[in-house]
Order: sequence, then C-alpha cells, then structure tokens
Amino acid sequence: MNAANYLYVSALLFTIGAIGVVVRRNAIVVFMCVELMLNASNLAFVTFARINGNLDGQVVAFFTMVVAACEVVVGLAIIVTIYRSRRSASVDDASLLKR
Amino acid sequence: MNWLTTLMALPLLGALVIAALPKSMSNKVKPVALATTLVVAGATIAMAVGFQRDNVDMQFVEVHSWIPSFGISYALGVDAIALVLILLSVLLAPIVVLAGWNEPNGGRWGVKTFYVLMLVLETMMIGVFAATDVFLFYVFFEAMLIPVYFLIGGYGTGERAAAAVKFLLYSLFGGLLMLVSIIALYVLSGEQGGHTFDTFALSHLKMSSMTENLLFLGFFIAFAIKAPVWPFHTWLPDAAAAATPGTSVLLLGVLDKVGTFGMIRYCLTLFPNATKTFTPVILTLAVISIIYGAFLAIGQKDIKRLIAFTSISHFGFITMGIFAMTSQGHSGATLYMFNHGFSTAALFLVAGWMISRRGSSKIADFGGLQRVTPVMAWTFFIAGMSSLALPGLSSFVSEFLVLVGTYTRYPVAAVIGTFGIVLAALYILIPVQKALHGPVTAGNEALTDLNLREKIAIAPVLAVIVALGFYPSPLLNVINPGAAHTIANAGFTDPLPQINGEVGK
Amino acid sequence: MTSQSLVYLVALPLFGSALLLLGGKRTNRWGHLFATAISASAFGVGLYQFSVMLGQPDSQRALTQKLFSWISVGTFQVDAGLMVDQLSICFVLLITGVGTLIHIYSIAYMSHDLDRRRFFAYLNFFIAAMLLLVLGDSYLNLYVGWEGVGLASYLLIGFWNQKPTYATAAKKAFVANRVGDMGLSLAIMIAFATLGTVSFAGVKEHAGQASTGALTAIGIMLLVAATGKSAQFPLQAWLGDAMAGPTPVSALIHAATMVTAGVYLITRSNFIFDAAPTAQLAVAIIGAITLLFGAVIGMAKDDIKKALAASTMSQIGYMVLGAGLGPAGYAFAIMHLLTHGFFKAGMFLGAGSVMHGMNDEVNMRRFGGLRKFMPITFATFGLGYLAIIGVPPFAGFYSKDKIIEVAFNAGGIKGITLGAAALLGAAITAFYMTRVVILTFAGNKRWDEKAHPHESPILMWAPMVLLAVGSVASGFLFTRGDALRNWLAPVVEPMPVHEAELMSPAVVSILALALVVVGVGLAIIKYFLSEVPVVAPTDVTVFTRAARRDLMQDDFNEAVFMRPGQAITRGLVKTDVAVIDGAVRAVARLARGSGNVLRTTQTGFVRSYAMWIFLGAVGLVAAIWMVTL
Repeated sequence: MNAANYLYVSALLFTIGAIGVVVRRNAIVVFMCVELMLNASNLAFVTFARINGNLDGQVVAFFTMVVAACEVVVGLAIIVTIYRSRRSASVDDASLLKR
Repeated sequence: MNWLTTLMALPLLGALVIAALPKSMSNKVKPVALATTLVVAGATIAMAVGFQRDNVDMQFVEVHSWIPSFGISYALGVDAIALVLILLSVLLAPIVVLAGWNEPNGGRWGVKTFYVLMLVLETMMIGVFAATDVFLFYVFFEAMLIPVYFLIGGYGTGERAAAAVKFLLYSLFGGLLMLVSIIALYVLSGEQGGHTFDTFALSHLKMSSMTENLLFLGFFIAFAIKAPVWPFHTWLPDAAAAATPGTSVLLLGVLDKVGTFGMIRYCLTLFPNATKTFTPVILTLAVISIIYGAFLAIGQKDIKRLIAFTSISHFGFITMGIFAMTSQGHSGATLYMFNHGFSTAALFLVAGWMISRRGSSKIADFGGLQRVTPVMAWTFFIAGMSSLALPGLSSFVSEFLVLVGTYTRYPVAAVIGTFGIVLAALYILIPVQKALHGPVTAGNEALTDLNLREKIAIAPVLAVIVALGFYPSPLLNVINPGAAHTIANAGFTDPLPQINGEVGK
Repeated sequence: MTSQSLVYLVALPLFGSALLLLGGKRTNRWGHLFATAISASAFGVGLYQFSVMLGQPDSQRALTQKLFSWISVGTFQVDAGLMVDQLSICFVLLITGVGTLIHIYSIAYMSHDLDRRRFFAYLNFFIAAMLLLVLGDSYLNLYVGWEGVGLASYLLIGFWNQKPTYATAAKKAFVANRVGDMGLSLAIMIAFATLGTVSFAGVKEHAGQASTGALTAIGIMLLVAATGKSAQFPLQAWLGDAMAGPTPVSALIHAATMVTAGVYLITRSNFIFDAAPTAQLAVAIIGAITLLFGAVIGMAKDDIKKALAASTMSQIGYMVLGAGLGPAGYAFAIMHLLTHGFFKAGMFLGAGSVMHGMNDEVNMRRFGGLRKFMPITFATFGLGYLAIIGVPPFAGFYSKDKIIEVAFNAGGIKGITLGAAALLGAAITAFYMTRVVILTFAGNKRWDEKAHPHESPILMWAPMVLLAVGSVASGFLFTRGDALRNWLAPVVEPMPVHEAELMSPAVVSILALALVVVGVGLAIIKYFLSEVPVVAPTDVTVFTRAARRDLMQDDFNEAVFMRPGQAITRGLVKTDVAVIDGAVRAVARLARGSGNVLRTTQTGFVRSYAMWIFLGAVGLVAAIWMVTL
C-alpha cells in the first residue's frame, strides 16, 4: 500500500480541522478541531517515520500527544470557566483582550 | 576594610529595616530613614578622611570577579572627583529626608515605599560614582532610573506620570546608545588580548579614529541627556516640576552630575582623541546651554521650572569647564558640581516650602513674602544669590574658575559665557521681586514662616554655601591633583600666560 | 610692622552686620547704637593705620596682610589678602568717617521705621564690602567687595521694597551693575591669560611686558566695570532710580563712596591705563560725556534727590575725566572724589533733613523759603553749594578747577575739547545747583498747609555740620604744599609739571569763575526774580522735555535691550516648547501612532487570530516553496 495515501488523509484531516477552527463559534467544537489538527499532524509524523524507516517521527507523535493532553486539561478548564461566567461557549463573545 | 561596599550596603540595610517595620511602628519609618542617611554621611566622612590627596590613582579599591565568562567584575574605587560627588550625594540625602518630612504624604503609595526607594537610590548613587568597571557603571546608571521613576510617578504633583515616563524613556534611550558603545569596547578589548570591562584597561585600547568618534558619541549623548546639555534638556523641566522638592534636589543635584562625571571619567579617559575632535562642537553646545537656559529661566512662570532652567545654564558652565581642558576649568567644573548641588538644594527646598504653603507654584501667586515670612524669604534670597554666583558664596569660586580656565584656551566661549552672569541676575531677581517684594498679595497673608525642622534642614546647606565661598581650599586641595592628572592624561597642558609665551619665543 | 589690624577693618562691620541680621528682633533695641559703634571703631582702626603710615617713609607706607590662600588651582593663585597704601587709606578714612556720620544721622532719620535694625545691618554690611573693595590686594578680592557693595546697594535701594517701583529700582541697579561686573570679570580673565596673575602687585610688575593690545582690552573692560558702578555713560540709567532708597543711603552709597569705586578702580589700575593710551582716552571721553549728561539732566529735575543724583553723576564724570588724563590727573581725580564725598554727602543729608521736616515731600516746586524754618540745614547745604560750584576758597574750587586745568593742558584738540566740556559743565553745575538752593530755601513758600517745616534734631544736624566743615576746609588742606599729590605720588607716579602749559591755573580759575557767575546769574533771573509755578510747566522746549526724561536713557535701554530681550525670551520659550520639546513629543507620537495602526489588527476574536496564523503559515510555506522552486 502506498504510504502517500496516509499523508493525503492527514492533509484532509488537517484542513477540516483548520476550517473548523476558523469557521465554528462554539468553543468546544473549535477545541475539537484543534485536536483534529494535532492528530492530523501525528498521522503525518508516524507516516514519515514509516517512510524513512526510523523512530523519530513516532517519538514526536508521543510528544504531540502529551501536549494535546495538557491542552485538554488547561483548555477545557478555561472553556468551562468562561461558560460558567458568561453562560455562553461562543468564542466570539470572549473578545475582551481587544483592549 | 571594604569602605565602598559598606557605604552601599548601609542604605540597603536601612531600607530592609524600614520594609520590615510592622504597621504599629509606622511612625518610626522617617526617623529610621533619617538615621540611616546620617550614618551613611558619617561613614563617608570617616572614609574621606583617609583619602590621600596627592595620590591620583583609584583609592579604596575593591575587585571581585562577578561574571568571569564576560570579564565583568565588581570593581569599586574612587578618585578625587568621585569622592567629591559621593560626598555630595550622602550629605544631601539626610537634608532631603529632613526637609521633605511631609513629602510622601499624598503619594500613590505609602510612606514606607517612599523611603525604601530613597535609600535604594542612595545606594545606587554611591555605586554609580564608585564603579570602576564599565559594565557595573552601566548597571547602576540604568538601575538608578527605577527608584527615580517611582519617586516622580508615585509621589509627584501635576502631570507626574507623564513626566516620569518622559524621564525614564529619555534616559533609557541615552543609556542604550552607551550600551552599544560599551559592547563595542568589550569586543575590541577581546581582539586586543582579553575581554574586559575594566576602565583602566579599556583606556589603552587602540582603535581607528572613526570607531573612536562613534563610540565617543555613544557615551557623550548618554551623558549629555543626563547632564542635560542643550538640546537634550526638555525632560528636565517636566521632571523637576512634577517631582517632590526632595526628589528634584537629588535629581538636579546628584543624578544629573552623573552626566558630567561620566564625561570626565569615560569620555575623556577612554577617547582622548575623539574628545579633541568634538571639543569645538561640545563647547558650542555648552555655551548655548548657558545662554539658552538663562533666557528660558527668565521666561518661566512656574518657580520649579525656573530653577530647572537655571540648572541647565549651570550645567553649560560645568560642561564648558570640562572641555576647556585647563586645570582651572577642570577643577572649577568639579567644584561647580559640588557647589551646584548645594545651591540648587537650597533653592529647591525653600521653593518647595513656599509652594506647599501657598498651594501653587506660579510665581505670580506669591507677593510680599518678605513681610509675612521673613526667614523663608531670606533663605530663598541667599539661595538665589548663590545661584547667580555672588562673590563670597561658593558658586562664585567655581564659576569664576571655569570662566578663567576657559578663557585661557577658548576666549570667545568664555566671553559669551560671561554674558550668562548678567542673565543670571535677571532670572534670580525677577522671581525675588515678584515673590518676596512688593505689597503682600491676596492669599499670602496667612503663610507661616519656617518651623524648627525646616530651619535645621536648611542651615547646613547655607553654611556650606557661605563657608566654601570664603574658604574653598579643603575641597580644591582634594580636587586639584585629580583634575591636573585628567588633563595631563588627555594630553593637554595649561596655556602659558602670553608674556611668558613671548619671552619663550 | 603692624599690618595685622587690616583684617579688623573688614571683619568688624561684617560681624556687626551678621550679628544684627542673625540676632533678629532681640537686637532691635540696641542694634542701631551697636552698628554705629562698630562703624566708629572701624574709623578708629583706620585712623590708627593712617597714623602708622604717617610715621613711615614714603616707600614703606604700603602694607599687605595675607590671610589665607583663597583660590589656588595650577598657576591661578589668589590669596585672601589685604593691602593698604596711600590710595586705599584715603578711601578707608572717607568710607568709615562719612559712614559713621551717616550712621549717626540715620539713628534719628530712621527712628520711626519698624525695620531700623535691618537698615543698620545693611549699612554695616556695606561698610565691610566697601572696605574690602579698597583693601583687596588683587583684582579678584576687589571683585568680591565690588559685588558686595552692589548687593548692599540693592538691599538698601529696595529697603522699602513693599512699594513695587522701589523694588524695580533696586533690581535695575543690580542688573546695570552686573553688566559692569561682567566687564570686571573679563578684565580679570584677560589679565590672567596675558600676565598669569591677578594681584595688583603682579599685574603692575608684568604690565610692561604685555602687548598694548592686551592692555587696551583690559583697560576697556575695567572702564566698562567703572561705568556700571559709577553710573557713567552708557550705564548711568540706574542712579536716578536708586534715589528710592532712604536718603542716608543716597548720601553714603550713591554719592560719597560706592559710586566713586569706578574712579578708584581706574586710579588703582594706573599702570594699565598709562600703558594703553587708547583705553585712557576712552576713559577721559566717557568722563566728559557723563559730566555734561548729568549736568543737563540736573537742570530739569524737580525732585531734589534726583537733581542731586544727576549732579553726582556729573561730578563723578569730572573724576573719571581726571583719571583719564593720566598721571597728571589721578591725584586731582582722587582729590575731587574726597571733597565731593564731603559736600555731596552733606547736601544729601540736607535734602534728607528737608524731607524729614516736610513729610517726605521731594518736589522742590513745593518747597520755597525754607531757610527761615531750617537755618542749620540751610547753612550747611549752602556751604556744600558753594563748594560744588567752585567758589574759592571752598573745597570744589581746588579740586574741580585743577581737573579743568589738567584737561586743557592734555594737549592738542583732545585737550581743548575735554577742557571746554569740563568748563561748560562748571557753568551748568552753577546753574542747576543755584536752582536747587533757590527753589528749596529762597523765594516764597509754596508748600501745603499740612506741612509744618521744622529743623531736624541734633543727631541729624551734627553730621551735616561736620560734613560742611569738610566742604569748606578740605580742598585748602589737600592742596597746601600739594599735600595730597605728594601723598599719592608713590601709587600713581605723577609726571613732572609741564613747562609749556596751554592755560595757567590763574587763567582757568578766572574763566571758570566767570562761567560760574553766568550760571548763577541765569538761575537767579529765572527762579528768584520770577515766580516759580507749583506745577511744572508743560509748554517747554523739546530739550527740557528730554532732560526731564533723563535724556531718553530709559527709553533707549527699553527700546534697545529690554524689549528685544523680552521678545527673545518669549520667542525662545515658545521655541523650546514647540520645536525642541516638539521634536521629542513627535517621536512619542510616532510610536503611539504606529501602535494605533497595528492595534486595529487585534480584533479580540480568537477565530480571526487563527485565520491570520493559518494564512501566515500558508504564506510561509508558499514562500519557501517559491524560493526552492
């Protein structure tokens, strides 16, 4: 099977994720799209590891997973806090940093 | 004994004690601050007694390696000029604390913070004059801005925040230019046998005249901003007008001297050839400062801004004396730095008392104070006389030395500078007439005269002004060998009198 | 040799002044007596010093006393040193003698003033500064006294400074003096740069080696200094306004002593002027101009003090003219200075006595016929009057006629011009002084019913009597056997008397007397034989109007210096804010402006940030791809 196909899937997933981040307002969905982008890159890393025949890509994938896990912890906590305080999970409502 | 480190540690210790005082003992904050400054002053005098007058090398030297990988060391030492300026700083500190007893009230932060900042500033002031490592000097030069920034911005009046920011950014800008020059020196020293920041070692560097000129400018602009020399002066009136009188005294009396001190210690020592190249330009700027500062002072309506502009005129004299490159000019300039500290302190402190009583700093709001508050009026008058360099008061000796020293080499600059003494009469006598003379105007009838604390604070200042006017030898004898050494090092000798010159031919 | 007493001359009055100023109200009760005693004891020390000098041969009379090294940097060595010689001792006796008399006079004159103690403190300070001026052994020490008397004069002119015009007069005097002081500092600088020393002895010793150009420069600068202090043209404008001070001050400072300091300076520097003929000629010309200038103003003044002030200016013009005539004239300049010190101080005290009896009225048109009410004042004033117009054998006759004579004999057109000016001045002097005497003491009474003229108390008239004695006798005593000339000879080195003179003393005296008679006669016709209006007539010639306005001196200064100066100040203040600080603020605005522009990209919307990041990443990748293509 051609390894390049995995890369196509990865690119597709990344694009879906990126569009989702830009287009959707709900913080949870945006958050999930970010996860999707991370996992897309994970897939690409693993694929390259396979193509190049070494483990570097797999190691980076592990790092990415750790980062993603941290992000989930911090990010979800923030989202929950924002939701609690303003009864909305829309990212457009939280534009207070403008000033 | 590590005199200089001890001197720098004492105010910090005092600051720690103040910071640690519990709320219940908040009435002890001011006495502790005063006691600390007095102890520092006493210790400095004890150190100065041991200063060898005829030894032109650095004394009380301390060297400890600080960041060895960059060749940076914690190196301290004083020569005559540094000693005089350190003396000036530590003598003014207790006077400022005593005179401005009520200054911190009404500040953005508490009384404690005010005195902690003051004492930290005192440490920095000693450090900046005592550092013999260029990097260490730079650290103090910049770090000094921080307490002053908070003192102006937190405890001043009027547009204090804006003035503080202007002061900080202006000084920072100059400091960064100097940093570039310092790094360049460091690189050059590495190319010529070993990285170092030691002033003495750096003074032997060889460099092309282009490099020397550029590096000189980096240092000079920083010092010209600090001093301040025209046209880098506009931060000073704003800062002086916004700061509390005590802060203004330290700002004009001590901090600005870092500029003129730096010109002697760094510009002249590190870049003798560039100094020669730029002397005509700098003398021109100095002469412009003298005349321009005087005219601007005449035109001011606010008493604090007026004093600030008189200082710009005086700094013109100091700069002129330094770059005249004669022993009279040099000794005169150094003595001028000391005398100007006291004379400005007297003016600013009395002006501060007048302003706090009247609630206004406009000269036009005062009138007839001589009838209402005779002691305050007299102290202001004597301070003014000292500012216009009346013979018999200390500033006359230094001003005349500067003029006579400049005349022997640059007669035209001296002649134009002499016009400054006529303008000085105007900028002092106009406010004296408006504020002290004439009928007592509305709002001034109930002003109270100086109280005992204020009298005790101002008395030593006036005593120094009068005593050094009649008998400047104690200071001059300390300054002379050092000044002569600087001149000789920069490759100059005093011009001979014309008659000897002709006989010699 | 005892020269140790010199320091007491300066220290005593300085101590007195400091004690009274620092002592405050506690010394109110006895302050005036103490100050007078101090002044008298300084006079005593002066007399003692004089007697010591008399006992010495000519060449050993000069004494110096070094106190300590004052300023010492490199070759610039100035000691705090005092020196008394034949010239200074004349001044010491004049200052302390007249000074003491005026102290005594002031006890009564100022008795109703709340600040009498402060007044006496200032007087003592003035005595100290003036003594330092004449006793300093170098130009720099002289400078200290020079500015010291300027300060004393400022304080005393502005003694009643609650009145704004008086405060302004004080400031004007100080500033005009500072212009002169600038000349003195420049002279000292040039002297040091040229000769390497600023002590009188050193300058005198080396002056011969210096170029004429340098000496001329020093001389001109010294002349500038003298014009400031001695109210000579063109720095004369302050003296009239200085009459704002209490009358004893006008007598002591602005007639007898301080204003003559310029003459002292020129005479003291004779070794410079004798070697710089151009500067010396300038001195003589300035003197001649001023003596006419002051005399013309004196003719038009109705204020008795201002008329006397104009006369002072004119008489000092005579002294400066004398000093500008070189070795032939120095001694006569000093002689006129001393005699003038007596008669002018006496007349000022007389004017004060009149004011004292007339509720401080100064307008002579409101006096008239006072001789019956104030006989002693009239008598002493009259003796002073006879002295100033030069009637023999009164003092002015000896001193003024000698100056006129020396001027004529200076040779050539210069001599004739200067002599003619001096002679004309004598005529005008006779006219305006006669006018003063007639308006004040003769004719009908023109004062209000409210005024009750009365003779002054003894404390006031006794000093006037003593000064009148001086006005009568001093000239005769000084010229007896050329006493003063011979006494001053070691200092000023007089020339041997010319064989061929243009005018002999007798001719000059007759000419001068004839002109004096003309002047007196005209004044009698105009003011004694015709009615004097109480209000000054306004339908007068343009010359009178100009003289009343002090020959436009203030208008000139205001138009040429004051208003342009104010314009420059205003302009510079605006420039500072708009241009220099404007540039600084422009930088700040630039930083803020660019921040404002960039801020618009910060919308606060997470998704737009994400969009920008995404586009940035795409752009970056595209760029890398393009580059590697």
